[in-house]
Amino acid sequence: MELEKQMRGPVTVIALNGELDSTTAPRVQQGLDELVPVHGMVLLDLSRTTYMSSAGLRVLLLVYRLCQQMGTRVMVSGLSEEVRAVMAATGFLAFFSVAGSVDEGVEVLAA
Amino acid sequence: MSRSPERLDAFPTHRIAGFGVRAGRPLPFGASRVPGGVNFSVYSAGATGMTLVLYRRDEVEPLAELDFPPEFVVGAVYSMTVFGIDAETVEYGYRADGPFEPERGHRFDRGQVLLDPYATLVHGRDSWGGQRRPLRSGVALDDFDWEEDRQLRIPSEDLVIYEAHVRGFTRHSSSGVDQPGTFAGLVEKIPYLKSLGVNAVELMPVFEFDELDNERHDPRSGAPLHNYWGYSTIGFFAPKAGLAATGRLGMQADEFKNMVKQLHRAGIEVILDVVFNHTAEGNELGPTLSFRGLDNSVYYMLTPDGYYYNFSGTGNTLNCNHPIVRGFVLDCLRHWASQFHVDGFRFDLAAILVRAPNGAPIPNPPLLESLAADPVLRDCKLIAEAWDAGGLYQVGTFPNYHRFSEWNGKFRDTVRRFVKGDAGLAGELATRLLGSPDLYRDRAPTASVNFITAHDGFTLRDLVSYNEKHNDANGEGGRDGDNDNNSWNCGVEGDTEDKRVLALRDRQIRNLLLLLLTSHGIPMLVAGDEFGRTQHGNNNAYCQDNELSWVDWSLAETNAGLLRFTKAAIAFRRAHPALRRPWHLRGHQGDGLFPEISWHGERAWTPDWSPGQRLLAALLYCHNEIGHDCVYLAANAHWDSRELELPALPDGMRWHLFADTARVCGQDVHQPGEEPPLADDHVRVEPRSTVVLVARNTEE
Repeated sequence: MELEKQMRGPVTVIALNGELDSTTAPRVQQGLDELVPVHGMVLLDLSRTTYMSSAGLRVLLLVYRLCQQMGTRVMVSGLSEEVRAVMAATGFLAFFSVAGSVDEGVEVLAA
Repeated sequence: MSRSPERLDAFPTHRIAGFGVRAGRPLPFGASRVPGGVNFSVYSAGATGMTLVLYRRDEVEPLAELDFPPEFVVGAVYSMTVFGIDAETVEYGYRADGPFEPERGHRFDRGQVLLDPYATLVHGRDSWGGQRRPLRSGVALDDFDWEEDRQLRIPSEDLVIYEAHVRGFTRHSSSGVDQPGTFAGLVEKIPYLKSLGVNAVELMPVFEFDELDNERHDPRSGAPLHNYWGYSTIGFFAPKAGLAATGRLGMQADEFKNMVKQLHRAGIEVILDVVFNHTAEGNELGPTLSFRGLDNSVYYMLTPDGYYYNFSGTGNTLNCNHPIVRGFVLDCLRHWASQFHVDGFRFDLAAILVRAPNGAPIPNPPLLESLAADPVLRDCKLIAEAWDAGGLYQVGTFPNYHRFSEWNGKFRDTVRRFVKGDAGLAGELATRLLGSPDLYRDRAPTASVNFITAHDGFTLRDLVSYNEKHNDANGEGGRDGDNDNNSWNCGVEGDTEDKRVLALRDRQIRNLLLLLLTSHGIPMLVAGDEFGRTQHGNNNAYCQDNELSWVDWSLAETNAGLLRFTKAAIAFRRAHPALRRPWHLRGHQGDGLFPEISWHGERAWTPDWSPGQRLLAALLYCHNEIGHDCVYLAANAHWDSRELELPALPDGMRWHLFADTARVCGQDVHQPGEEPPLADDHVRVEPRSTVVLVARNTEE
């Protein structure tokens, strides 16, 4: 899995590209810890996340908790139907504000 | 990141089969994540050696086989920490060495890779009815984010239980959910459950079982039959993957936990139907999956010559009061209470839990005593199905330690017989209405779980539509299922267009529901009965994974009147503390308007208990800080109507009509608090009808 960061105005957009599972989770976790800004706004773009295991879901939730701690607002966008269904069934989705696209997420966060 | 391990035990001491390992921690049993790896612990009293077999997820051939060296064994416990394996993708099992001497109770077989009895995931039946792979153990993540959730601890007298099959509840195409037939699908129906008013769901088996473990076919269609109900456990610590939308991803534990969390948020408890009377291994001809190969003579009740006692009717009997099995059962229930926040358990064929290893009933079964006193389980409801297939019937005498409630089969039988018009039952019905103090004198009325129907037997609709069971589709030549149903078809067997018959059936259903929901004790409804679910006369749908048993949600519209009636009856129960006293009612007058219970007849205060009467009229009363709560119930199972004089109320109060099952749909029930007043102090109870009144101030 590759992490790709770009700034869209005040919003840090981080794309998670590839498979997020127990093999990639520790590295992704560490990468996100470094990329997530303090007191800022972050959008996790999952549109190119091809697979999400239970360890992957936990990475997302840990990032959410980290953001809560740091006063950072967080959203996710680009959920495939598959990822959305898994996150809904396991309750992980309920923690997140979800945007349909990066543009929409940036707009909501920056508003 | 630091390169040195944080704990002294976080590094291997041995290499076995290519893996760095060290002597593990014997406790907890099962597989648990530890820094750098996974700790495996399994016990066997009779084994002479043990091998841990590791697999990569979804692969048939083992990744490695690791023999436990002697220094990894404490007592009878084999434990090993294996480093460098990924708990998410690893699957495992055990080979146990030991003698194969059935006559001495030993059936060790090194050729079999066994499931870990403590496995928190079972792989191999990952989606319902899908491909069958060899059964393997897996390691669930146990860091679910519960936030503020805890067990709800609803007082037992306030419970209204709703029994449901997770798959059957939302599998039907009419359910309208995104994830039909799953834990997630059930979550989507929470708004419905709230609107119905129930505050506990009792889920039929959710521990891993094999739904394909049925070789019979429907004789008419030739379609294969299933083990749909799942009273045949494979993995006692593992939620069934095939009941989870995410089972194929191994996330069934998370999905189950989310279901519990969401139900709790809606004020609904979760009670699990648990099967500790037998396992899926059957008798000596059955498969060796786990217990038989680990410690056959410990886990099963065996005859002196090494065969299986069959008090469960399924081939074997779990040896529940053996000290090791006791510990296993206790560990299992603690796991569900602590890891899954489950609120209670209903023990299938619980009379078996009263039997000693030789099958004889014992007065103080240590297993039940341990469960009753366990600190982790303190807030869990414990409910016994107090009979077994070996003829032990303990309704009213189940060793309860003031903790166990019982499925009250006598309530079911009495109410069914009274409503269908059998003579001489008014007296016994009175006792059942009060929470069966004849059976539970030294306990609270909540010792009685009252029910008219359960998964076993006719649905409520079928109870008033069939005299006989119609089980041909089960492929057992009609021999299965109970013959003693106390049912009445109201004149025609099964489907009919006859409006009079249909109207009488509607009325009988409402009579049964009202008696259930005004009785002391814990009422239990079966999913779908609130809108007339039918199994077309099949009273044992254990194998029917199809539209015969799935809840058809279109009936909620077809029978909207019945649904409305049920909702109102539940709301009425919850609105009236006089129906939910936490102690047995006293018949003498205290300092209130009336005694807590009084009996009436055509004349107030003058009940007629003679056998031909078929009438019961009761006034239930309580006085609390809110005021006087007076509920009057009259059930007339006779074919003639009755004019009843009502007990006189103090000035300023009048009787109001909550329900009259003789009235046409739409006028048969009123919303609690909106009941219209009666014209005078008499009420007419039509043939085969029930009337419920409430006293209210006239100015209300």
